Amino acid sequence: MNQMTEIKPLTRKDFESDQDVRWCPGCGDYALLAQVQKLLPTLGIPRENFAFISGIGCSSRFPYYMETYGMHSIHGRAPAIASGLKLARPELSVWVVSGDGDSLAIGGNHFIHAMRRNIGLKMIMLNNRIYGLTKGQYSPTSEFGKKTKTTPLGSIDRPFSPVSVALGAGATFVARTVDSDHTHLLETLRRAAEHPGTAFVEVLQNCLVFNDGAYNTLADKETRDDARILLEHGKPLRFGKDGNKGIRMRGFDPEVVTIGEGGVTEADLAVHDESAPNGGLAFFLSQFAAPLPVPLGVFRSVEAPAYEALSTQLAADARAQKGPGTLEKLFNSGDTWTIA
Amino acid sequence: MDTQVMTADAPEASRCGMQTVRPIEEVKSVVIRFVGDSGDGMQLTGNEFSKAIARAGHDFATHPDYPSEIRAPTGTLFGVSGYQIQFSSGQVFTSGDAPDVLVAMNPAALKTNLSDVKHGGMIIANSGAFNKVNLQKAGYQSNPLEDGTLTDFRLYTIDISDLTAQALKNTGIAKKEVGRCKNYYALGLMLYLYSRPIENEEENIRAKFAKKPDIAEANVIALRAGYAYAESAEMFVSTYQVRAADIQPGRYRSLTGNHAAALGFVAASELAKVPLFLGSYPITPATDILHELSGLKHYNVTTFQAEDEIAGICSTIGAAYGGVLGLTTTSGPGMALKTEAMGLAVMLELPLVITNVQRGGPSTGLPTKVEQSDLLQAVYGRNGECPIPVIAARSPADCFDCAIEAFRIAVKYMTPVIFLSDGGIGNAAEPWRIPDPAALPPLDVKFRTNPDGFEPYARDEHLARAWVRPGTPEMEHRVGGLEKHFLTGNISHDPLNHQRMVEVRAAKVAGIAKDIPPLEVEGPSSGDLLIVGWGSTYGSIVQAREQAELAGKSVAHVHLRHLNPLPAELGDILARYKTVLVPELNLGQLARLLRERYLRDVIVMPKVQGKMFKVSEIYNRILELC
Ligand SMILES: Cc1ncc(C[n+]2csc(CCOP(=O)(O)OP(=O)(O)O)c2C)c(N)n1
Ligand code: SF4
Repeated sequence: MNQMTEIKPLTRKDFESDQDVRWCPGCGDYALLAQVQKLLPTLGIPRENFAFISGIGCSSRFPYYMETYGMHSIHGRAPAIASGLKLARPELSVWVVSGDGDSLAIGGNHFIHAMRRNIGLKMIMLNNRIYGLTKGQYSPTSEFGKKTKTTPLGSIDRPFSPVSVALGAGATFVARTVDSDHTHLLETLRRAAEHPGTAFVEVLQNCLVFNDGAYNTLADKETRDDARILLEHGKPLRFGKDGNKGIRMRGFDPEVVTIGEGGVTEADLAVHDESAPNGGLAFFLSQFAAPLPVPLGVFRSVEAPAYEALSTQLAADARAQKGPGTLEKLFNSGDTWTIA
Repeated sequence: MDTQVMTADAPEASRCGMQTVRPIEEVKSVVIRFVGDSGDGMQLTGNEFSKAIARAGHDFATHPDYPSEIRAPTGTLFGVSGYQIQFSSGQVFTSGDAPDVLVAMNPAALKTNLSDVKHGGMIIANSGAFNKVNLQKAGYQSNPLEDGTLTDFRLYTIDISDLTAQALKNTGIAKKEVGRCKNYYALGLMLYLYSRPIENEEENIRAKFAKKPDIAEANVIALRAGYAYAESAEMFVSTYQVRAADIQPGRYRSLTGNHAAALGFVAASELAKVPLFLGSYPITPATDILHELSGLKHYNVTTFQAEDEIAGICSTIGAAYGGVLGLTTTSGPGMALKTEAMGLAVMLELPLVITNVQRGGPSTGLPTKVEQSDLLQAVYGRNGECPIPVIAARSPADCFDCAIEAFRIAVKYMTPVIFLSDGGIGNAAEPWRIPDPAALPPLDVKFRTNPDGFEPYARDEHLARAWVRPGTPEMEHRVGGLEKHFLTGNISHDPLNHQRMVEVRAAKVAGIAKDIPPLEVEGPSSGDLLIVGWGSTYGSIVQAREQAELAGKSVAHVHLRHLNPLPAELGDILARYKTVLVPELNLGQLARLLRERYLRDVIVMPKVQGKMFKVSEIYNRILELC
């Protein structure tokens, strides 16, 4: 192909594949698809350089709907497949899309190790707190006591926070957003796309068939301002309909306070710092659950060398040191002898 | 034979600087086994000895045999580590049935190996280690060096521990380090005994311990002391010489199977001009391939130590999707974990090589021992109709050729390929005639870049689909593990399409048979008995058959590299013999495949002891059958 053909600006349409989208009408996954298709043309990356890798689950059908390179693989393994692809082809923009079961149950191991390595993948997890494709069993993020088909008497599994897991695994970019707030979703994805190492985004997603309303309070314009707290770097942790509530740290315990009550001023509130080296505040925030507000936005964004860049560098250094390998050299190294 | 106990104190002769002239006996082939504690450095001694043997132009084969414990308690029976080498003036196919010489560094080593030693064979024992504690640990009531246990052998007792310590007395080396030099003392002894010079070995030691010159010096002193001792002590009546083997002229080096495989994979990558990616998780006895390739980053090689075997193969699938030569290496339990991903690779029709250096199973089984019991797993062990080509290497050096062959099949047919090696050949070494890189046939890889009329699952004359690298404009497409439409690759649940796809995947793999070179049958082209073997049993079968032929038996041998699909003419060959014998290090897995495929009975010869076949075992079976 002629590389010099003039580059026409890409549009959202260019990223829509010819496949019928098969999610249930009203599924939160549509929102992600739409925002990703909106985002990609703006990134200045040729369309052929995108690859979407997914596991198995409703959410993992995602690659079929993108007019990019893509692979719908096996349950839980997308981060491992994507890691191989990114290492082999660092110039590609590699995205992983999966569900909470896919990422955190069967694929938990690959999920944490991708983040530990800081390999340049954009990992988006649609968290509907349920297994959708297999028709409604509880997942590692389902609430304690939740009744599902496999927990008719209520779940006795304790859920964990995907953001906490990601932070614990050493992820350099960790964010959370929600399917119902398209603007926030798009902006969060943009931040992830710009991050050089592993970028993890948890998307709170409504499964209207098996776990409808899980995020109602976050979706409803009436309730959401009290139910969520939007994280902004360098800004005090404020939220609430009237914007007068905030988070204050009392030693190691966060508490909700109201500005103007009991002598509380804005100066008492904790200030969000997504690039704090120790990530302590990010972890506190990742553990917030009702009645505390759900934090949305970027929990953590720090710089660290990306794995694929280090790998490329190792090879370049080895070549500089030893000279490029030839078969002649390879075969004849070590102890050789000649038989005349 | 009488026991000949020969001991000597510090040798007179060497003190006076006299040279003793000893008669040199010529022998055709020798089997030597070095045995000691895991910490005694027997693998190193064996390795270094085999290098010296190689330099002398002999053909040889080795067999390292070590426990799976890293540092088993000293002196114990289960902590014994051994290294066997056979070298000869003729061709060598195995490391030998029974040692002519056993070098035993402690009582436990003697106890566990004695029954293997040839009747009347030579035993060199480190008497310094035969103390009360060690004898007890080995379960000896009395000292076998003194109580007549070894009446049937030529016994030489040498206090290697003490003699090494004496030699190193003035070096200022710590006591612990002195103990570690014994193996070089023993090596020095053996080099003299088999008429090998020690100069190269001194160089090797200095290179090996370049960062610790004092240790290097100590080992050189120990080596020389051992050599001088053997030269001057009156105990050895003669030294031995094996004439150089009549082998093809050329440049050689010694390679283990794992090392050879690693070189083969790099060669495949260079020949294809496509980078190599290895995604792997450490597991004995396959890890050395990962070790080897990790050190070759100045080639177009990327290695990735994954978080588990599943990630090992999955990263490889991702890399193959990205357009590089994808390789994953493992052993039995790791193969089990990779199963689901192999199915995905079959659906994606991407080229990759899955290497299984088999070990004793099931489960964790016998991690450091040989077995060929993953054959059926390789051919069948997946959900669904999931055909994967399978090839197996017959010897350490053959791993090089098989590694290239595996990638040749993978890229031509766009398929995962399973390459079976095993612990017997993976760690064993033999001479490898270094090929001229320019003479290796190129490996043809085509990436499709033309979007005109592109259909992701359209096939060429070999039924292979096109390999398209992400990043190729106008050819964006999706692949996946769900059944796909015959041409477009889009998801399809259409019943007839599924049947068609299952059949075409099967036909594609079956079609590889047309590329298999004609089988070579050793021995008569028809007759009473045909031995069919595969993999590492090659050496034992070849030698047993040759012996049987010398004894006037009509027996033929065919050895299979390709196990799926089987070679097209194999059925005809089987039909030409009255009896077919299949020796395997399992309970009859190839035998099953042959019976199923050719509807004829074959005789199973199973062995599952974590050991190779002895030549004599197969030979005796031949005599029973014809
Ligand atoms: C090895 C394997 N085990 C189980 C399944 C069945 N399975 C498919 S998707 C799924 C769970 C999906 O849940 P989640 O990842 O949360 O995705 P969602 O469907 O909710 O988007 C399960 C258990 C499978 N496909 N493969
Ligand atoms: S089952 Fe739930 S997650 Fe799956 S498509 Fe339907 S709404 Fe979406």
